[in-house]
Parts: sequence; structure tokens; C-alpha cells
Amino acid sequence: MPDIIETHDLNLWYGEQQALYDVNVAIPKNRVTALIGPSGCGKSTFLKTLNRMNDLVEGCRIEGQVCCDGQDIYAPGTDVNQLRKRVGMVFQKANLFPMSVYDNIAYGPRLHGTRDRARLDEIVEKSLRDAAIWDEVSDRLKTNALGLSGGQQQRLCIARALAVEPEILLLDESTSALDPISTSKIEDLIGELKEKYTVIMVTHNMQQAVRISDRTAFFLLGELVEFDRTEDLFSMPKDPKTENYISGRFG
Amino acid sequence: MTNPPRSSRSRQVKSVILRALMYICAGIACILLVFLIGYICFRGIPHLTWQLVSTQTSYIQGTIGILPNILNTLYIIFTSMIIVVPIGVCAAIYLTEYARNRVLVRAIGFAVETLTGIPSIIFGLVGMLFFVQIWGLREGVLAGSLTLVIMVLPTIISNTQESLKTVPNSYREGALALGSGKWHMIRTVVLPNSMDGIVTGCILAIGRITGESAALLFTAGIGLELNNYFHSLQSSSATLTVALYLFAGEQGEFDAAFAIAVILMALTLGLNLLAKFAARKLKRGEE
Repeated sequence: MPDIIETHDLNLWYGEQQALYDVNVAIPKNRVTALIGPSGCGKSTFLKTLNRMNDLVEGCRIEGQVCCDGQDIYAPGTDVNQLRKRVGMVFQKANLFPMSVYDNIAYGPRLHGTRDRARLDEIVEKSLRDAAIWDEVSDRLKTNALGLSGGQQQRLCIARALAVEPEILLLDESTSALDPISTSKIEDLIGELKEKYTVIMVTHNMQQAVRISDRTAFFLLGELVEFDRTEDLFSMPKDPKTENYISGRFG
Repeated sequence: MTNPPRSSRSRQVKSVILRALMYICAGIACILLVFLIGYICFRGIPHLTWQLVSTQTSYIQGTIGILPNILNTLYIIFTSMIIVVPIGVCAAIYLTEYARNRVLVRAIGFAVETLTGIPSIIFGLVGMLFFVQIWGLREGVLAGSLTLVIMVLPTIISNTQESLKTVPNSYREGALALGSGKWHMIRTVVLPNSMDGIVTGCILAIGRITGESAALLFTAGIGLELNNYFHSLQSSSATLTVALYLFAGEQGEFDAAFAIAVILMALTLGLNLLAKFAARKLKRGEE
């Protein structure tokens, strides 16, 4: 599989504080890549560099390159809005807009210029089906999305991200606030999504990484310690720090 | 358990006294309010005639009519709001969503706060000197409205800012992460969800404009003639509150003054109810 994202000597600072050190990684297309590591290790920060959500953080400074399909996304003149259309993101907590289910899903397509009602209907249905939530909400498209359960809301967030037809989907601990049943539904969903999308997910849950990811990256104190096929990383880690972490000796 | 200790006894006594005092204070507040409203209604309602509200004052016939003043009040509300709402809302959006320079934001915030506390007669004085003397506007609705714009601008800005801040950041992130530009995000996600606060702020500003007299005395003037809107912009036009002052203070026409007071009171009540209603109606649809 070709690599869809490559970083070269990526360094990142929040003000004076350096949060990422020389991260070099190549993330394969149509695979699920998990980012693991203790809190504050930089995995979420790294994830947010991939769609430039760090731009919103005041005092955030980046050196090095992040290439998406061979193009440096931090190059001057990059259209950040187009980038974020290609690289969708689902956050830790569901952040649906206080609108109807339909309007939430249609927000992205409308934003990018789809006005035709029939086409929108089609996109909404397809996105909801892709996010495996169509059966649960098909009769409630006009109701307020914030009335749904937490797990349904999070899957709607995924559907909303899919509706703009991204190539890459970033998940920032997107199951950490959910109950086990909702979590397993989303995990199943991620497994299906990789056929069409590249999924990069931050998780605190190592079993989750083992269950659903193809590749795993282990971050510690802002450094990428190890990046490998998931089964290799967990069965025979090359770095003693990785071994200590996955065997639960710290973190 | 025998007798409770002394300290507990005295504490009980104190608490009874304190509670009585609080009841008395609350009672005084209520009685004052009821008395005020009751007295104004008692003095005003009998004189609230159709002739009063549908004609203009005529010195020849010796009749008093406040139709021009009712219209002037509406003119001034309309003119001020049409100027102040766009400026205030845009300024608030800039300060909350765009401005990156913290020092500037804080400086403007401080200026806005200070402006809120300035006595309105000072706005009147400045308005007279600036708009009437320097700009050469005639005393009238336009000069009065511009003065009130300066006066209520801080209220609109800070109200709007407050309600923009209540929109969770996660909504902003959600929109931006879908590839929305900043303005599109503000228009589709932030503004609709802060509309309740913005509208409430505007209604309260209208209330302040309705009740204002000091700032209008020298800027909008004290004219009692009936004018159409465009003519009134540049001709001396007394609002209801100014007319109240004129009738009560200059001419000793207390009956008319009390009748105006009833109208103003009803207006204020209506605006406050409207503000409450609008806030509830526009409240975002969280379950």
C-alpha cells in the first residue's frame, strides 16, 4: 500500500514548550493507524497537525514537513479549508451542531457547494449508512441531533465527517467517552471504513489499538518511539520503552 | 440532652431577628414598587384620553397631544437601532472571533465598560457639541439618534460578546474541521446559536433609548410639532420622556405628564416581556 501521509522532521512548539520532536513517519493508505502513548505524549497534537487544527491554537509553531499525497500541507498558499475537507476529523466528545440530524450531515456538503435537494438526500443517506447509523435515525432526520444518545451522536459525527467525502479520517479518542456497546459499534465501523478511507486514530485503550488497527505508533514525551505493524509492535516491540508501556509498567 | 447551651439559644434569636429584618426589607421594596406603579396609574390613567394620544399639542386651542412625541420616540428607536446594531454586532464579532491582539481587545473592553457608566447627560453634551455644533446637524432625530448610538453601543457590544462566548468552542472546531471558512462558520454556527442573547441585548437597548431624556434634550430637541420621519431627522423633536419633562417641569401640566408616564411604563414592561419571550423562543434547541 502506498503511503498517504509522510512527515519529515516534524517539530512543534506551543509557545516556548516543545511538544513534538523530529517526528518522521509514513502512514499507509487504506489502513487503520493507531497512535498510543501516555497522556501529554503528543499523540493528539500530532493528529491535529495532519489537518492543521493546531493553527487555531495561539502560539503554535511548526517546523518540518507534513506531506499529504506528496504535497506539503504547511507550504504557503495551501488552502486549509480544502485540506480539512480531504482530512476529516472526529473529536473526543461529540460536537454535533444544535440542528436536525439531516442538517448536521448536510452541513459539510452544503458548505462545499451542494445545493440540490435530491443530491443532498442521497449524500445524507449514504453517509448515515456508511456510519452504520441509518437504521437508528432514518425516521428521525428532522429531529434535533442533540436529543440522541452519546454513542449515536458520536457516530453521527463520523457520518458528518464522511459526508464531505474525505480521504483520511482522524479520530481523536473518539470512543473514550462512550459506553462499551457504543464503543464496539464504532470499532466495527472503523474496520469497515478502511476500505474506502485511511483512518488515523488516537486511543488510550491499547486493546482497542490491537483489535482494530493495522499499524501502531507509540509516542512518548513528544517523540515517536516506535512505529510498526500492530501485531509486531505489541508482540515484539523493538524499543524497551515501548515494551514497558504496553506491558503496563507506566502510563 | 438538657437545656441547650446559651450560644445556641442566642444564635436562634439572632436568626429570627435577621429573618424578620430581611422580610421587612423585601416588603419595603415591594411596597415601594407597588406604590409607585399604583400612584402613576392612579394619576395617569384618567387622563390617558384618545385626544391625548392622537393629536399634537396646540397652544391656540390650549390642548395637549402627544402623538408627535410617540412618533418621535419610534423614529429615534428606529434610527438608532438601524445604525447601532450592525456596528455593535460586527464589533463584537471582531473582538470575540477575530482579534488576536489581546492588549487591544482588553483596551476596547475597558473602554466599552467605562462608556457604560458615563452619565447620559454627558453624552447629551458631547452629542450637542459634536453633532450639532461641529457637524452642523440641526437639532433633531438624527443628531439625537447618533448620540444614543454612542450611548448604547457599549451595551450592544458587550451583550453580543457575552452571548458569542456562550457558544461552545466545540461547535467552532466542528465546523472548521469540515473545511468551513471562518466567516461561514460564524454565520452558520456561531450567530444562530447566540441570536437569543443578541436579540435580548437589542431589546434592552431599545428600552434604554425609550427611557432616555437627558441625552436627547440638547440633541433631539424639544419640538412638539408633528413631522414625518424625514423631516423630523433635522427638526427639533421631543420624545415621550423629553415631553414628560417639558410638561411637568416647564408647564406644570402634571396630568399629561402622568399620562405619558403610564405609557412609558407600559412600554418598558412590554419591552422587558418581549426580551424574556425572545430569549426563550430563540434559545438553542438543547434537550
